Amino acid sequence: MKILAIETATSACSAALLIDDEIKVEFKLAPREHTRLILPMVELLLQDADLKLTQLDAIAFSRGPGAFTGLRIATGVTQGLALAADLAVIPVSTLAAMAQSAYHLYGHSNVVAALDARIAEVYWGQYYNDNGIMKPSIAEQVCKPSETPLITIPDCCAVGSAWAEYAIELNERQGSQLSQVDSELNPSAEFIALLAVEDYQQQKWVDASEAQPIYLRDNVAQTIAERQKNA
Amino acid sequence: MLVLGIESSCDESAVALYDTKKGLLAHQLYSQVELHAEYGGVVPELASRDHIRKITPLIQGLLKEADLTLQQLDGIAYTAGPGLIGALMVGTCIGRSLALGLGIPAVAVHHMEGHLLAPMLETPQPQLPFIALLVSGGHTLLVEVKQIGEYKILGESLDDAAGEAFDKTAKMLGLGYPGGPAIAEKAKQGREGLYRFPRPMTNRPGVDFSFSGLKTFTLTTWQKSEQTEQDKADIALAFQTAVVDTLLIKCKRALKQTQCHNLVIAGGVGANTALREKLNTLDATVSFPRLEFCTDNGAMIAYAGSLRLAKGEHEEARITPKPRWPIADL
Repeated sequence: MKILAIETATSACSAALLIDDEIKVEFKLAPREHTRLILPMVELLLQDADLKLTQLDAIAFSRGPGAFTGLRIATGVTQGLALAADLAVIPVSTLAAMAQSAYHLYGHSNVVAALDARIAEVYWGQYYNDNGIMKPSIAEQVCKPSETPLITIPDCCAVGSAWAEYAIELNERQGSQLSQVDSELNPSAEFIALLAVEDYQQQKWVDASEAQPIYLRDNVAQTIAERQKNA
Repeated sequence: MLVLGIESSCDESAVALYDTKKGLLAHQLYSQVELHAEYGGVVPELASRDHIRKITPLIQGLLKEADLTLQQLDGIAYTAGPGLIGALMVGTCIGRSLALGLGIPAVAVHHMEGHLLAPMLETPQPQLPFIALLVSGGHTLLVEVKQIGEYKILGESLDDAAGEAFDKTAKMLGLGYPGGPAIAEKAKQGREGLYRFPRPMTNRPGVDFSFSGLKTFTLTTWQKSEQTEQDKADIALAFQTAVVDTLLIKCKRALKQTQCHNLVIAGGVGANTALREKLNTLDATVSFPRLEFCTDNGAMIAYAGSLRLAKGEHEEARITPKPRWPIADL
């Protein structure tokens, strides 16, 4: 199985190439440089593996939640490459990839991944270990730190930028259930690729034209009617 | 050479196939106008979200319409700027990645060069050199085109673009969005000669524009009026006539100062019938592209891109939207 993965949802930028049991990763913390970095990363990975795009089975991408423009970079690159080589596309949750990363780093079986969503909100997801694959225990959501779903399982690992940005509010609300916090953990294409494997085996893929970001925040502007109502 | 063009600089997702031997083969467009109308203007984030939904299906539909495959393409051209950063990002991401995946060259096209060259898609083509009046929601420019790729800006708007003035005025008068067609429609019921609006910057030399004062004048006039539907129509007509006259005077000056006899109109405001009628009275050969090529479209990008690709230009494997990109840098 050969899967290329693309991840540009936060200030980190990465691409990964999974070939059966092995994953090669290109990763860089580089705010606002994603557009310069991502395609050369893909080229390098393919070159090193001596593979052509058409020899891949699928492209997986970090579908969000995350920075809107970042999500569209990964989505746009994925659409373009998948369309060119007629490849299946596997959308993978950014938060799930972070949880998977935490599982590999720390061995935690219960992970809460939360990203700073700006305007005093967080993107929130809770995951548990199912045979080495992190699965969601609740639906991902965007909400205020003070309204995040209460963690009911003790000894959880918390990862993501929200734990630094809203440290006080989140610790006050959730701190008692946490045994570890890593607010510097960023999503990586490595775990996007890893999570894509099962979906690929179960044929949960979409066409290039159906590859879309999941923003979670969908109310981004007020219509004239809404403005008048609120005035 | 067969070139795919992708345009996504503002609120239209557009694609086209241009063949350097056979000409324009197909073009498709999805307009977001209705989406943004609900908000009273373009919401950049919503525009970006729509582009990422629409462009790839448009490309698939385009190839189907032309009965061609991606593997037959020789190059890809996409609008890299100027425009809304998030919107440009989508087209450049998809275009550049698609070219990388196909192993063919890609070229970044300047949106305004696309507009400047759009009249070249028509038969007969306008003769070079020509003066181009670019009037849209984002730009008001008079450009001397000595040859393709050689552009000299003669004048531009110091504040609002002409199309922007139409949009803002329409909003003040409660005529909806986009403002150009709304004002033109309302002006049909207007009575001539009731108001005398200023023709900004015509009483001094030069071919620069300014529409901000005219917009304020319109607002003051409207506030002082009885604000009946008839007042609205009269004011819409007076405003439109003032803009059209101003553009006419500046075009006349530009032709005179360059001793050029060919004028080409491009940009969305070029769709305005009153403007077309007035400009046709000029002592010059005036060319208008068909209406669908006045507004944003993929054909002009595919065409401009094909010329640059034919010259051997191409972009490295980087995604490079340029929201602010002076045309003089070309």
